Amino acid sequence: MKLLIVFCFILFSITASATELRGTGDMGVIVERASGGLLVVEHSSNSQLAAIEGLGDLSHASVVYSRDERYAYVFGRDGGLTKIDILAGRIDKRIMQSGNSIGGAISQDGSLVAVSNYEPGGVRIFDAQTLKLVADIPAEYAPGKLSKTVGLVDAPGNRFVFSLYEGNQIWIVDMSNPGKPDIIRIKKIGKAPYDALITPNGRYYIAGLFGEDSMALVDLWHPEEGARKILKGYLRHDEKLPVYKMPHLEGWALAGDQAFVPAVGQHKVLVVNTRDWTLNDEIEVKGQPVFVMARPDGRQVWVNFAFPDNQFVQVIDVESHMLIKTLEPGKGVLHMEFTPRGEAVWISVRDKNRIDVYDTATLNRIKTLPAKKPSGIFFTDRAHKMGL
Amino acid sequence: MRSYPLLLVLGMNSLLAESVSTLRQAELQELIHQDCGSCHGMKLTGGLGPAITQQALENKSHTFLKNTIRDGRPGTPMPPWKNLISEMDIDWIANYLKQGGVKP
Repeated sequence: MKLLIVFCFILFSITASATELRGTGDMGVIVERASGGLLVVEHSSNSQLAAIEGLGDLSHASVVYSRDERYAYVFGRDGGLTKIDILAGRIDKRIMQSGNSIGGAISQDGSLVAVSNYEPGGVRIFDAQTLKLVADIPAEYAPGKLSKTVGLVDAPGNRFVFSLYEGNQIWIVDMSNPGKPDIIRIKKIGKAPYDALITPNGRYYIAGLFGEDSMALVDLWHPEEGARKILKGYLRHDEKLPVYKMPHLEGWALAGDQAFVPAVGQHKVLVVNTRDWTLNDEIEVKGQPVFVMARPDGRQVWVNFAFPDNQFVQVIDVESHMLIKTLEPGKGVLHMEFTPRGEAVWISVRDKNRIDVYDTATLNRIKTLPAKKPSGIFFTDRAHKMGL
Repeated sequence: MRSYPLLLVLGMNSLLAESVSTLRQAELQELIHQDCGSCHGMKLTGGLGPAITQQALENKSHTFLKNTIRDGRPGTPMPPWKNLISEMDIDWIANYLKQGGVKP
């Protein structure tokens, strides 16, 4: 009898959950990189909804979303491309598309997913529904020489833009006609582009250069003008420190006409005037910044750091450029993600096996969630942002 | 990591003879996969930096590895680690890599 009741209860719960409708606008995923898994979470009441395993090597994994915010595309280090149904909490499709990859992007119309590969160097573009190969674009910068590709983003006009780390080039791939990609190759953009970003309006593509003290900017309204260097010599007056982790440029903090940018090899956040791309100010911070991210309303900028300062997070007031708080969530703060309207921020704390949720008004921690060696956090509102 | 400045003060030579403690070995393993891993991949199969698996390092000498870790590779993003880890740590890491992740 007892068994029967339990059975009925289970049956009831299954039917109930199967018929219960829910949106995905408050959902997201967290990468558990050491175990090759993913947590599906929601930020209305800050809880875990599902755990998914079997995604391979997720070091440096990143995620983009389908425009209906139901599917997450996960780009793994081992070349794995996995399409996850976050509503069902399961893998929908998975392919191995290269030997070593670094990230990806989804096209403006949502029909194509592009992956940036280190090995073999280049970009491969897939049908977003079926994950069938649509275009293979080897990053051949000299006869027989393929470059690692970095800083892949989507741009208006169903274009993808990326940089060639060894090739010192920026390529713009127009996929308006998917069967016949049209490629613009901008050469000699500067030495060793290591990452890039596109401004939220989709107009400017900016690559960080590891090999020199400047950045390369392309106006995507006028690709025929090529790339120009901005922030030339921003380190000239300082000694560059060894860089223990490359900064990320994605999610560049733009607030008004100021952009907050991580300085490579310095304990500084640079403030750049976006009208003429000149340096406005430099803010001293705790360590070498990795992510410099603006709260969605643009009033605060949150910064995390490279080893050996990766236990800290600092908050900068955008108006005054002053540090307003230094938090110490614990060793291995790898990523931060704001809720869509920015009242909270989720922080992954790798060595504590924990996600911390902070209230961005009080700067107090309001919740923690367990996660195995968490790295990237990706909420579904990224689906509707260019470059994310 | 905290005790490192003390180790420096004590002097390298006397310490080289001694072995890296089990606790320290665990810390270094973590450092290799998580922090070196940010360029070389968590499984050391390469990323922006080259693969540093046993196979990839077959033709590299122990001394070359130690020099690379200690002083970095100028002209590449590989930074010098000498201000963060001791000579003994560097020696242990070089061994660890040469032996393909097996504790020396």
